[in-house]
Amino acid sequence: MTTFRQAKLALGAALAFGLVTSLPAKADEQFFPLQSYRVGPYAAGGTGFFGGFIDYLNLINTRDGGINGVKLTWDEGETQYEVERGVEVYERLKSRPGVAAWNPLSVGIAYAMIDRIGKDKVPLITINHGRTDSTDGRVFPYVFPLLLNPYSETSGIVNYIATREGGSDKLKGKKIVVLYHGSPYGKETIPIYKLLADKYGFELEQIEVPHPGNEQQSQWLSIRRAKADYVVLRGWGVMNPVALKTAQKTGFPVDHIIGNVWSNSEEDVIPAGDSAKGYVAITTQASGAEYPVLQEVIKTVYGAGKGNLDDKKRIGSVYHNLGIVNGILNVEAVRIAQEKFGKRTLTGDEVRWGFEHLQLDPARVEALGAKGLFHSINVTWDNHEGNGRVTFQQWDGAKWKVVSDWISPDWAALRPIIEKSSAAYAQERGIKIRTSGDDPVGQ
Amino acid sequence: MTTISQAFPTPARSSLLTANALGIVLLLLLGYGLVPLIGSDYLMDAVLTPFLALALAAVGLNVLTGYAGQVSLGSAAFLAVGAYAAYNLNLRLPWLPLLADIVLAGGIAAAVGIVFGLPSLRLRGFYLAVSTLAAQFFVQWALTKFGWFSNDNASGVIDAPVIRIGHLTFTSATGRYVFSLSIVAIATALTARLLASQTGRNFIAVRDHEVAAKVIGVPLLRTKLLAFGVSSFLIGVAGVLWAFAYLRTVEPAGFNLDRSFQILFIIIIGGLASLRGAFIGAAFIVVFPLLLSRLGAAVLGSVFDSGVLEMSQRIVIGALIIAVLIAEPRGLVALIDRAAAAARRIRSSQS
Repeated sequence: MTTFRQAKLALGAALAFGLVTSLPAKADEQFFPLQSYRVGPYAAGGTGFFGGFIDYLNLINTRDGGINGVKLTWDEGETQYEVERGVEVYERLKSRPGVAAWNPLSVGIAYAMIDRIGKDKVPLITINHGRTDSTDGRVFPYVFPLLLNPYSETSGIVNYIATREGGSDKLKGKKIVVLYHGSPYGKETIPIYKLLADKYGFELEQIEVPHPGNEQQSQWLSIRRAKADYVVLRGWGVMNPVALKTAQKTGFPVDHIIGNVWSNSEEDVIPAGDSAKGYVAITTQASGAEYPVLQEVIKTVYGAGKGNLDDKKRIGSVYHNLGIVNGILNVEAVRIAQEKFGKRTLTGDEVRWGFEHLQLDPARVEALGAKGLFHSINVTWDNHEGNGRVTFQQWDGAKWKVVSDWISPDWAALRPIIEKSSAAYAQERGIKIRTSGDDPVGQ
Repeated sequence: MTTISQAFPTPARSSLLTANALGIVLLLLLGYGLVPLIGSDYLMDAVLTPFLALALAAVGLNVLTGYAGQVSLGSAAFLAVGAYAAYNLNLRLPWLPLLADIVLAGGIAAAVGIVFGLPSLRLRGFYLAVSTLAAQFFVQWALTKFGWFSNDNASGVIDAPVIRIGHLTFTSATGRYVFSLSIVAIATALTARLLASQTGRNFIAVRDHEVAAKVIGVPLLRTKLLAFGVSSFLIGVAGVLWAFAYLRTVEPAGFNLDRSFQILFIIIIGGLASLRGAFIGAAFIVVFPLLLSRLGAAVLGSVFDSGVLEMSQRIVIGALIIAVLIAEPRGLVALIDRAAAAARRIRSSQS
């Protein structure tokens, strides 16, 4: 009986709280629903990224009192990187007032949301990952693979290898092996590597590492047998340190392994110890805490004891900085939309307009205290990636050091492939292709 | 024989039957009438639709494990087969109505289930469970390996089509929920009929004593394979609901071993060899964690981050499962029956 009464009390409390939290927002709040993952195999990425994102939102609230007086709020739902949990969190948080944008940081969850956010008219941000053809804003008005989609990443890596070899004509006859994670994310770039191999005339071999990738002996033996000049590591989680260790065991030079954007964090190299020394990886945002915006986060947010990372040593790490950059992009999109629609709580569709005008040149990036942290972004209504630049960093055993300029991927060559794929999607789904940014959007 | 029927006088039986029928009618009224009327989108989209899909999968596994006594760890594989089969039928034979797709997808899952059921003729218990693991790994591997299954989509993730029957489209949360409810209700009713027939009794005979069943003339081969087929059919249909009505996307990683275990836990906790058990178990596994997470976030959300809350929930749920199984190894359904019997006793002693 007592347990029953307790259960009833608990249920009552939950319902009461549900009512309280679902009260309409005061006129001046913008809400960020967070499908975060702090538990499970990919928790390192989740805690860093969402920690950085929350830290930046906190900074805006504490330092500026919100965006033009509009307070930023957020709520987390744990997904463990699992699709159905992500969907549940979406359904749970979507009816909260003033939703600005969704940032799931998971390809699987993002795919499951594309239909839903189109109907609910709220932007979906997949920074540095996601579905490549959603770059085409004519077909995907609400999806934004900001800074870097998988194809641009591929092109950036090939361009970097070309500069190391002394020009793209030197790629001819070279042998590049792509070692990819056996998952939707890992397979996304298979066709584009083939295309670039044909274009530049390098030999290509793509080898799959089954999830989770903690055993790679046979793959690295094949790499040795293939006499590869470069290995592109397209990994995720535990696969990365294992790859670096196995490479050392089989005698492959570590500085000829190029990591992709999800193989570029401290969490990938530190477990590999000495074998990671000299490893190079692509990134859209430099690591380190020396940038003014990070100094302010440390002073204002962590100084007040409101920092989100438990381990302060992770401030300025790759994932944390990605979260900060993601925060900057979200906040600036809202700010840009406010210029047009008024300094109030915006609807999701108005924030979508803001993202479609998210143009931050290097001067504006410097004014935001992020010079050197990331280069620039130039999103338009039909280009939802925004031409982010990439740079390459090398692990020296203790920290990442930038070893290249900001490199541009070959966007012009990639665009036709993206448009072909998005056109097929539009036809399959019966979506009307937008012809200008003023077109009403709807699916 | 006569003594037994005297021990269970007919009036009590019929009143029990009508009570059951009344309960089902009430549930259906609630499901079709009240829930769509006053339920929120969240309730229908994120709670009830996955509950229905998993409950149907559990009904399927219960036919195999609970009634026919064959342990399987491959349920998620059959979910995946159903989902991918329906997707490909819809894509490649666009003139076929969706309902036919669903039935055919169930049929394909059944065929795959029968193939993987063949070892059950030689293996039993744990050994069979391990051999059904082969289905789990093989199906997931094949779906990732061969691009044809996902229409050569670069990342291997596919979008589920809109649910459409004739001119009716089920695009709203209510629509998808009502669609799932109808499929699950029909499938469960058909399963109940099957289990009440000679075939159902054959299942139980095989479960209780294989040799005895063989001696009294139950065809072992046919019965076992039929159990695998029916079970995989139901799980395949559940996979279609899971992919089309709930997630609206399909990726092989979503049908991993964890999902197989989840369905197995549902029938163990709910109660083996009971259709009600499948639904009660699914409710426990789907709804209870959500309730707990809401409660945890409400009460302690300001103190701990979501990661800590998630971990503590797992501990609570694990402990509860152990407690339930110690209190009643036959599952929640037996617990409820005992409570109902006690209530009846009290009432009859009062009157």
